Amino acid sequence: MSEPNIPYRNNFLREVEENVEEGQWVKMCMQCGVCAGSCPFGPHWAHPPQELFMMVRAGKRAEVLGSDSMWMCTSCYNCVVRCPRKLPITQIMHGLATYSNQLGMAPKTQPTRDFSILFWKNCTRTGRVNELRLTLGLYFNDGFMAGIRKGWAMRGIGLGLLKAGRLNAFELFKGHVCKDQKGIHAMLKKATEIERRPKHPAV
Amino acid sequence: MPRKEYAFYPGCSSQLRASAANYLTSTHSICKTLDIGMTPIPDWNCCGASISYAGGSELSRLVMNARNFALSETHLPGQDIVATCAACWLGAREAKHKLEADQQLLANANEALQEAGLNYSGKTKVRHMVEVLIEDFGYEALAKPVVKPLAGIKFAGYVGCQTNRPFGIAGESFENPKYLDRLIEAVGGEAAAGYEQKVTCCGGALAFSETEKSLKQIRDIVESAYDHGADMIVTPCALCQANVEVYQSEINKKYGTKLAMPVTYYSQLMAVSYGSNAKEAGLDGHIIQPAKLQEAANNPAPGKQ
Repeated sequence: MSEPNIPYRNNFLREVEENVEEGQWVKMCMQCGVCAGSCPFGPHWAHPPQELFMMVRAGKRAEVLGSDSMWMCTSCYNCVVRCPRKLPITQIMHGLATYSNQLGMAPKTQPTRDFSILFWKNCTRTGRVNELRLTLGLYFNDGFMAGIRKGWAMRGIGLGLLKAGRLNAFELFKGHVCKDQKGIHAMLKKATEIERRPKHPAV
Repeated sequence: MPRKEYAFYPGCSSQLRASAANYLTSTHSICKTLDIGMTPIPDWNCCGASISYAGGSELSRLVMNARNFALSETHLPGQDIVATCAACWLGAREAKHKLEADQQLLANANEALQEAGLNYSGKTKVRHMVEVLIEDFGYEALAKPVVKPLAGIKFAGYVGCQTNRPFGIAGESFENPKYLDRLIEAVGGEAAAGYEQKVTCCGGALAFSETEKSLKQIRDIVESAYDHGADMIVTPCALCQANVEVYQSEINKKYGTKLAMPVTYYSQLMAVSYGSNAKEAGLDGHIIQPAKLQEAANNPAPGKQ
């Protein structure tokens, strides 16, 4: 996964600053590592945030964007409130994930990436999340038999929620929806269109 | 007319028959007692939570929130938006901050909103239900309607992440917020002192995608509640509640533990102490039964203290 050996015109930091949510903060990191020590999933990151930040500065484009690491963020914001330089680390992790996914460089079998895409599709389809479809979608992401197996393994939880009135089979057919779905879809289409406009129009 | 009026943003999990339906039920009960008017924002939509980033771009996620603000400004002018869900509150509040900080972003959001015939002026305030209770009412006022003090029940106050960070409740620390303990005490319960998993992450949305890793988090949160002699956990967050309650059976299966720690909402404690029955307090919505709270709900009130 190594970068082609091109030492010249390495501007990955600038690329991140221009394209990644809150990317302009990356240069502010002072490498103290408080974020790594504060992360609930810390042991599971190949590269904790401060390492990713230094890799961005060092031009390690493929290593950063192809990394599994930022997908480990649980959005607990512990690093954000502890960072002595006040970097919005959670948002940068999300931003790196968004960008790597846009470029098609994210790991292909990343479960959080799959769940994230599923969640967004689910909630924008009708404007509201359909929890049953979301759960089933997650189970059946790896194919029909895998879904049946996962569903069976988790049947205790499903039945428990059903009994407690917190899951409803009818959600599959008639769930909670927004009335103005047309407006929501038009609005989101426009948002995508706006974001695709060139950021630095030719003078 | 109610004493206070708010634009209610219940969020997807707090709808009827959804995973936090009992949070909604108990919230309605305490609002009735405290005379709080909560009008749902007409046709509100999902905030995108904190997990949509791979599917939705930054502006797309922002306009989902801005649509709710615009609807609230149009239909419920002058009212603060109040969310019960931690993720809804965080998502909305973060969106509001970003739109405030960047005029271009606000213009872009409004250009997209126009497609749905809406406009956001940037005025609406976004608050969490806990903020409303503490700031607009205060602990003393919240203690007043108590007819059944929850004496003899010990609660581990599990605040979790997103009602605590990065915004939190004004005047509270991120590492050891006290508001939940004070709410427990306001309704006559005992807050487990020194509950060190108070602000630990349960895994959040990654409990679905990285279940193994999240089980360790949840196990710590539950075992510490046992260590401190708690009868149940109480939390302000819908996802914390669901994760910490429903995954205990998985932990037991995997590690041979015997965890069965009930997980309740602050609103349920308040509802029971205000004299609501078990159904009105949403106590019929649990997989692990909060027996002591159900018992308190079923017992007649000893008379106002």
